[in-house]
Amino acid sequence: MSASKVLRVRVESERCQGHNRCCSLAPELFEADELGNALVKGDGTVSPALEAKARLALANCPEHAIRLSQE
Amino acid sequence: MSAREPVKDWAADFDHRDPAWNENPFPIWDELRGRCPVAHSERFQDGAYFPSRYAEVREIAYDSEHFSSRRVIVRETKTPISSSPPITSDPPEHTPARKLLLPAFAPHAIARLEPRARALCRELLNAIGDAKTCDAAVDYAQHIPVRLIAHMLGVPEQDGDLFRRWIHLVLEVGISDESVIMPALQEMAAYFGAEIKKRGTHRGDDLISFLLDAKMEGRPLSDAHLQGTLRLLLIAGIDTTWSGIGASLWHLATHPEDRRRLVAEPALMPTAIEEFLRAYAPVTMAREVVKETAVGGCPFKEGGQVLLSFPAANRDPAMFADADKVLIDRAENRHSAFGLGRHRCIGSNLARLEMTVAIEEWLARFPEFRLADGAKVKWSEGTVRGPRRLPFTLS
Repeated sequence: MSASKVLRVRVESERCQGHNRCCSLAPELFEADELGNALVKGDGTVSPALEAKARLALANCPEHAIRLSQE
Repeated sequence: MSAREPVKDWAADFDHRDPAWNENPFPIWDELRGRCPVAHSERFQDGAYFPSRYAEVREIAYDSEHFSSRRVIVRETKTPISSSPPITSDPPEHTPARKLLLPAFAPHAIARLEPRARALCRELLNAIGDAKTCDAAVDYAQHIPVRLIAHMLGVPEQDGDLFRRWIHLVLEVGISDESVIMPALQEMAAYFGAEIKKRGTHRGDDLISFLLDAKMEGRPLSDAHLQGTLRLLLIAGIDTTWSGIGASLWHLATHPEDRRRLVAEPALMPTAIEEFLRAYAPVTMAREVVKETAVGGCPFKEGGQVLLSFPAANRDPAMFADADKVLIDRAENRHSAFGLGRHRCIGSNLARLEMTVAIEEWLARFPEFRLADGAKVKWSEGTVRGPRRLPFTLS
């Protein structure tokens, strides 16, 4: 295991109501399911290049459904 | 036309039909947030409440135990409930009724409508042609959502006047005069009845056909559910988006610096649209108190009506920095124009598409425009706020 931490993004699906803000702002990190609710792409690892977009998605979610954590 | 007393005390006697509220509600809401975060009024049957801060609006939107969606319009009289699932549904009926509709309004499904939306905006702009004046609400904004939803439902676009009349009766006139509601609902039922009959056993690629064949929890929709949902699909997406497009154009007509900047920097369009949605959110919803409770330290009595104003929440300085300023490059914008919680506007992806395309196409054709000299902008009354007359000078 590497000692360096990675930034990971998560959608709390019980909070997400499908506003689709995250998918618009950070399509590299989020996609919509067939109902229009948000899913994280892959395992949610946020590369340094995408960190700003991840934070923007978090700050624009009306339902506070996005979580960012260092793991 | 109206014999109503003008409002003198917004905290104890508010009225969302008052001309001052329709013309410019923002100072009223600012005042209330400071001195009485939940205003009250006895002008509406069993009393009405108006929370003006984001925190209380959010709390109520999330609380279906005390606040039912069965009434989504605050009216003078509590008219018999007419169900339009899922907007008027509470849990547990709400989830299956909503899930049925969600795929048709999901981002990928709505994105397919973009070419159609662009084409119809261009048709409307072509009709304005090289005129030196126009009414941007009447000649442009009002037609866009009507034509797109007609396309989705599979009904004639030319029936727009009919649809707008029903909406005017149900959402505006019906707030004060309940006698107009039932005839309008009956006309709509007859209209959809004829459309359903037309489809017989031969379905088309449209939402009416989809709902005719749809199953909810293994069973076809009841006639009442089908009619209620069709009514919702027709009513909910028209004057709302028409208002959003109109208010955005009004802003650009009255703020030339923003208009020039958006023309010069089209990459700002997404943040500009979100900011117009925040600052001029068209839709105010309602709830009915079904169990006595307190929110924000204020009691809510059973039976009372709640004017659930996402537009007011969007102007709360405790939630938004520079809440009273319209900043077209606002990057962090957690606005609630499409509601919060389980009743998030199902048409939000469609509304965003329509607003974006409408403003892009307008600016491409008319980068220079302003309110006509001496123009009287007419704002709608009641539940959905937007300009209904918008005389512009084009150059």
